[in-house]
Amino acid sequence: MSEEQLLSLLQGAWGTVLLSGLTLLLGGIAGLALALARVSALPPLRRLAAAWIQLIQGTPLLVLMGVCFYGPALAGVGTVEALPAAATAMLIYASAFLGEIWRGCIQSVHKSQWEAAECIGLSRWQRMRMIVLPQALRMATPPTVGFAVQVIKNTSVASLVIGFAELSYNAKVLNNSTFQPFLYFGSAALLYFAMCYPLSRWSRALERKLHAHRR
Amino acid sequence: MHTVVELQGVHKRFGSNTVLRGVSFQVARGEVVAIIGKSGSGKSTALRCINRLEQIDAGQISVCGHALHAAGLDLRGLRRDVGIVFQGYNLFPHLTVLQNITLGPTAVKRMPVGQAQTLAQQVLARVGLADKAEAYPEQLSGGQQQRVAIARSLALQPQLMLFDEVTSALDPELTGEVLKVMEQMASEGMTMILVTHEMAFARRVADQVIFMHQGQVWEQGGPEILDAPVTPELRSFVGTGL
Repeated sequence: MSEEQLLSLLQGAWGTVLLSGLTLLLGGIAGLALALARVSALPPLRRLAAAWIQLIQGTPLLVLMGVCFYGPALAGVGTVEALPAAATAMLIYASAFLGEIWRGCIQSVHKSQWEAAECIGLSRWQRMRMIVLPQALRMATPPTVGFAVQVIKNTSVASLVIGFAELSYNAKVLNNSTFQPFLYFGSAALLYFAMCYPLSRWSRALERKLHAHRR
Repeated sequence: MHTVVELQGVHKRFGSNTVLRGVSFQVARGEVVAIIGKSGSGKSTALRCINRLEQIDAGQISVCGHALHAAGLDLRGLRRDVGIVFQGYNLFPHLTVLQNITLGPTAVKRMPVGQAQTLAQQVLARVGLADKAEAYPEQLSGGQQQRVAIARSLALQPQLMLFDEVTSALDPELTGEVLKVMEQMASEGMTMILVTHEMAFARRVADQVIFMHQGQVWEQGGPEILDAPVTPELRSFVGTGL
C-alpha cells in the first residue's frame, strides 16, 4: 500500500469519525428529547413522539439519506452539501432509536422510586433529573454504546446514496483501481475496529463507575 | 382536641373494583393510630389517599389544613407536612444515605447544604445510624434501610408520619429495631398513622385502632378492642394470631 493510498483510507476514517460524532451528539440530544416526550404527562406529546419513532424506525436509513440529500432540491429550496445531508439523515435515524432505548430505561426505573421522590416533595422535573435519569443512565449504558457502534458502521450508507467520502467509500475506490479487496477492505475493517473497540472499553469503565454503590 | 387528619365518606375505586366504601375517621395531633385488617381490606389505599398518592372518587379528606379534594391544592405543601415510609424502603440507590436525607431539605425547602447535612446527622442519630452517613443503601440491612427511610422523612420535619406496613419485609430481629424507633417518635409526640400487622405493637403504642374490612371502618376504638372484639370479623382476625 502506498503512502497516498494509506492517506486516502485515513481521510475516509476521518469522514467516518466526523459523521459518527455529529450523529451521536445531535442524535443524542434529539433522542433525549424524544425519550422525555414519550414519558411526558401530556398525551398528545407522547403520541407524537411515538408516531415519529414508529415512522423513522420503519424507514430504511438508505431512504432517509436519499430524502435528506435529494429532497431539498426536489422541493426547490436549493441543494445540500454531502456532510450536512448525511448528518441530518443519521441524526433523524439515531434520534428514533436512542429515544426508544432511553424511554425503556426511564420506564424501567421502578414506580416506587417516582413515588418516594414525589413524597419528599420533589417537582416532576426534579424527580426526573435527580432520581430517575441517574438510575436510567446506568441501565442505558450497554444498549447506547451498542447502538453507537452500529452508528459508526452505518455511516457507510452515506457513501452509497450521497457519495460522502467515508472509510468504506474510500476503501471501495482504492479496490476499484487496484483489485486488492483483501488488503483495502481488511484495512478498513481494522480501522473500524480501532474506532469501535475504545467505545466498548469506555462503556465497561463507565458501567463500573456507575455501579460504584454495588461494591 | 386539634384534628390533624379527617376523612369523611371516602370512596375509592380502581376500575370496577371499589376499594374504599365510605371511610371516615379522625386523627388528633399527637395521636398514634393503627389501621389493621386483612389484605385487600383497603387499609394501605386509605393511607395512600391521605398524602394523595391516590386520588379519591368521593368524600372529603383534610390533612394538616390542606383540603385534598379542593381545586388549587398545594400538593408540595402537603408533601412537606406529611412524611411517608413504605414497606419496600424506597431509598434512592444511587445516592448515599446522607444524600438521600439531604435531598428533600435542599431541593424542596432550599436549605443550604451545610445546614441540611447537620440536620441529616441529627435525624440519623435519632434512628441510631449516625455512623452510616456515607454508606449506599444496598450496603445496609433491611432494618437499617428502613430506619434511613424514616430519617429521610423526619428531615422534612413533617407534622404527620404515615407508615405503610414498614416492618412486613423484615425478620423479627430487624422489625424490633424499626419499631423501637417508631415508639420513640410516638413518645416524642409525633402524630402517626400506621398500617400494620404488628398487633403487639399496636396494643402497646396506639391510641386508636381502626379495623378495616371490605373497604369500610368495621370496628374502631382504643387498643382494648383487640382484646374484646365486638364484630365476628375482628374476632376472627385477632384470633388468627397475626
